[in-house]
Amino acid sequence: MTAPTPRPARAWPASLARVPYAAYLDPERYRNELARVFGGATWNFVCLESDVAATGQYRTTFVGEMPVIVVRADDGAIHAFENRCAHRGALLALDDGGTVEDFTCVYHAWRHDLRGNLQGIAFERGSNGRGGMPAGFRKAEHGPRQLRTATVAGLVFATLSPDTLPIEEYIGEPVLTHLKRVLNRPTEVLGRFTQALPNNWKLYSENVRDTYHASLLHTFFGTFRITRLTQGGGVHVSADGGNHTSYTIDLASDRESSAYRDQGIRTENQGYRLADPSLLDTVPEFGDRIQLQILTVFPNLVVQQIHNALAIRQVLPTGVDTMDLNWTYFGFADDSAAMRTRRIKQANLVGPAGFVSMEDGCVGGFVQRGATMAADELSVINMGGEGYESQETRATEVSVRGFWQAYRRHMGD
Amino acid sequence: MSSSAFVLPSHDDVRARLFAPVTALNTDYARAIDDDRLEAWPDFFVERCEYRITSADNHRANMPIGLMYADSRAMLRDRVAALREASVYERQAYRHVIGAPAILGIEDDAVRAEAPFLVARIMRDGRTTIFATGRYEDRIVNDAGVLRFRSRLVVCDAARIDTLLAIPL
Repeated sequence: MTAPTPRPARAWPASLARVPYAAYLDPERYRNELARVFGGATWNFVCLESDVAATGQYRTTFVGEMPVIVVRADDGAIHAFENRCAHRGALLALDDGGTVEDFTCVYHAWRHDLRGNLQGIAFERGSNGRGGMPAGFRKAEHGPRQLRTATVAGLVFATLSPDTLPIEEYIGEPVLTHLKRVLNRPTEVLGRFTQALPNNWKLYSENVRDTYHASLLHTFFGTFRITRLTQGGGVHVSADGGNHTSYTIDLASDRESSAYRDQGIRTENQGYRLADPSLLDTVPEFGDRIQLQILTVFPNLVVQQIHNALAIRQVLPTGVDTMDLNWTYFGFADDSAAMRTRRIKQANLVGPAGFVSMEDGCVGGFVQRGATMAADELSVINMGGEGYESQETRATEVSVRGFWQAYRRHMGD
Repeated sequence: MSSSAFVLPSHDDVRARLFAPVTALNTDYARAIDDDRLEAWPDFFVERCEYRITSADNHRANMPIGLMYADSRAMLRDRVAALREASVYERQAYRHVIGAPAILGIEDDAVRAEAPFLVARIMRDGRTTIFATGRYEDRIVNDAGVLRFRSRLVVCDAARIDTLLAIPL
């Protein structure tokens, strides 16, 4: 047996329908992504507006791997800055959130205001006339990097770049309208969990844009007609490719369709029934017939409506082959008791133990492991053509190609 | 001091009498899951029950949504059926170590008990990790001569799950 001959790294193919597996494997590329994608001209979802409702209320999160604090300051605006002391770089905030008057570092007590400006230095003038900071030290020239923030539909985004488009323009139509379709009134958080996934962040980003897989991997979708390729719906992709919304409308004709059975597809399981069908007891709540909508905003936001199960998912890279998926389940402040119970039950579909989502939790790892020695081989993303235009079908990989279009533009590939 | 002079306080007497049967219930529960007899798992609960897996943070904040939720034995059976027939996940097993239960009291017809747990997950390639730690908060009733859970709240110490949570805790 001869060992495979090493080849020089393959150049990125012109077609959006081919991706070299090196994209998920190369640590140097990953470092560049943190700077050019997450640190570039993109809006990173960081928290809910309701997480930082009152002055001094803050949450800690990440932009790429950069730790950040998001906080409502005394000017009434939401500020975001690096969670890093101006002095020696220690974390300023050590909890997930809370309410504070300022951010004083535990290490040497350097004090930063709610906008991230360095305000106070312990023993700045020394002690008994000795020591202290040099007279020429200017606090205003030191401090954690500050990010711009923007809000839309109760979501807070942050960006490190001065060039990022205004948020509504960045999201674009019709994605923006679909976002506001679900996030149309005050929300209430019903639970938060983190799913640590054993795969590159882009494998999850593709998975969530991949309408083709949903009813082929997930038996619950195929068998219980939550979303099937034989139902109505489509995929809308933003003009720059990065953002998408896909939706499913139940059609009476789907009940007669034998397309899944005829192809022997595992996920339509005729004999499979729920002993307690109340799990899928659904009430239309958005004034239309859309029973499932998955929406993404590049690079790290997913908003999910599966029947009455609503969640926001934040994609955070933690290494070239690991990521965190932060789940925030929500309902609305005006939910009836019956609707609240419905959301609690339907949450069984999603999250780390979700009848549907647990499968997305492992499938990225299957690719990461399957392709581990295939850096120069190409992934095939050809369903529905080569481009990333909106399509009135979900038997397509159009929004996955849209992701790569946006990604390659930010990365300069 | 003569041993016969010692009398267990009546409060502790109740706890002592309940300790063994509650411990046995937990032991049987763990063996059913760890031995992959999941079909027996719903029978540890009464028909109208509550089973929920959550985290300490969510529990403290009164967040109602858990990782798994069931309010009927039928929903528990659906969990098992999904694992057997529907869900895609790699072959894996658990090893529960359930600590001694604290008998917290009797409310109406139910015993309130709590027990700490540690669950190791063993993947098909042998990788073994501490998958979850936490405590069970239980309400246990005598259901026609058999102790069963009216409610079992699984409070994981962490809100972080590695890859997926397939098998119940």
